[in-house]
Amino acid sequence: MLEINQLEKSFGDTQVLTSIDLSVKPGELVFVIGPSGSGKSTMLRCCNRLEEPTSGSILLDGEHVTACHGAALDKMRLKIGMVFQGFHLYPHKSVLANVMLAQVKALKRSKPEAKARAMEMLEHVGLAHKADAMPSELSGGQQQRVAIARALALDPKVMLFDEPTSALDPELVGSVLKVMKQLRDEGMTMVVVSHEMDFAREAADRVVFMDGGVVVEAGTPEEIFGSPKSERLRAFLSRLHPSDA
Amino acid sequence: MRFLDTFFDGAVMAKYLPDLLSAIVTTLWLSAIIVVGGLALGLVLACLRTLGRWYLTLPIVAFADIGRALPPLVVILIFYFGLPGLGISLSGPMVLILVLGGVLAAFAEEIFWAGLTSVSKGQWEAGRATGLSFAQTLFEIALPQAIRMGIPPLVNRALAITKMTALGSVIGVKEILAVSSSAQSFSGSATPLTMAALAYLAIFLPVVILSRLLERRYAWAV
Ligand SMILES: Nc1ncnc2c1ncn2[C@@H]1O[C@H](COP(=O)(O)OP(=O)(O)O)[C@@H](O)[C@H]1O
Ligand SMILES: [Mg+2]
Repeated sequence: MLEINQLEKSFGDTQVLTSIDLSVKPGELVFVIGPSGSGKSTMLRCCNRLEEPTSGSILLDGEHVTACHGAALDKMRLKIGMVFQGFHLYPHKSVLANVMLAQVKALKRSKPEAKARAMEMLEHVGLAHKADAMPSELSGGQQQRVAIARALALDPKVMLFDEPTSALDPELVGSVLKVMKQLRDEGMTMVVVSHEMDFAREAADRVVFMDGGVVVEAGTPEEIFGSPKSERLRAFLSRLHPSDA
Repeated sequence: MRFLDTFFDGAVMAKYLPDLLSAIVTTLWLSAIIVVGGLALGLVLACLRTLGRWYLTLPIVAFADIGRALPPLVVILIFYFGLPGLGISLSGPMVLILVLGGVLAAFAEEIFWAGLTSVSKGQWEAGRATGLSFAQTLFEIALPQAIRMGIPPLVNRALAITKMTALGSVIGVKEILAVSSSAQSFSGSATPLTMAALAYLAIFLPVVILSRLLERRYAWAV
């Protein structure tokens, strides 16, 4: 479904990603962990070209994401949903208008069609009753669920999540994870960068550990959390749970 | 009674009222063209500047800086008295529209640009990531936010510029100040100037009040 081959990314002289290979199968939830600054966000952002890869290729359903330009890239991005740490809802538009905008402008759906789809997606994330609210009237957890609905309304083939719960108060994290779990159960292909290890254990098909711009280790949650092979992963996990060490 | 005779002489008022009314109309249509044209040009320039091409940015920044630095009266005099030397003769109202519209555009460009740069990168990324083009993201997401942030300074600037239509009096434009000061010298009474002040108040006070309402309407929490 999503294939990352030999992805490299440098900012100026600083190499941030080195030879990243990652293949995500349809319906799979790949969970990406790693210390801050290890390149997780950069990898995700290369997948929809918010960052321009220095070299390597990214394929979605066999189509080259990395070869697209201009309007073709805009079309390609419709197939790749992205959820940001900071939600980034449009503050001047209602919740409903947030979820409708790209449907109308990029997918060229008619307004009634886009509205119906938006309401369906808002229903899905449990926020249909907030359709007419402004983003500033919502809690962080609600805003993030709207952001998820906004991405889903475009019928993406894959969803990328970059620390979707890191900016949330602890009591609001659950509502967002619940929506993500539900998505996974419906068969959405997902790549999730997050520090919610319990969620990874419960929902991930595969866990990828990144450090220093490389994929150090990848495996099932049991392998990664139960029997980490590399020293770096063990050190990372013990920093997360000092008590278990 | 001396006060009333000096500033509110009924006979003088009646005599010059028709002239003043037509001057008010002149000031109004000049102001309308200057505000609409100046704001539109400023908006277009700010949008062009977002493209980040040096050959666009450089002249736009130069225009904005020079337009804001020069006293409008100087430019008005140069256009009206200097350009005919080059074979370009512009009417008084035309000079006023070009210069004041240009000055407003210079300020408006900076205000729109400041608004655009304060829209977070995340807003742009959210737009582009959902398949919107650069132009769609600019017009649907960044610009509406920039315009709302810019409304208070834009209203103030537009008011300041339209009041400068009074500078038309030095190049023979029959706007409020020109008509009333010539009436003042003919009649020897200060009453026409009082009428001018009242006319300006009648035009601009409602605008000032309206701007307060606008500011309140758009003062929304981000
Ligand atoms: N736009 C950028 N310019 C320069 N360096 C960057 C930029 N974005 C990220 N980096 C650097 O790339 C590295 C990886 O960052 P990031 O992908 O955000 O890591 P993570 O998401 O794992 O915390 C960091 O060292 C960061 O400083
Ligand atoms: Mg990150």
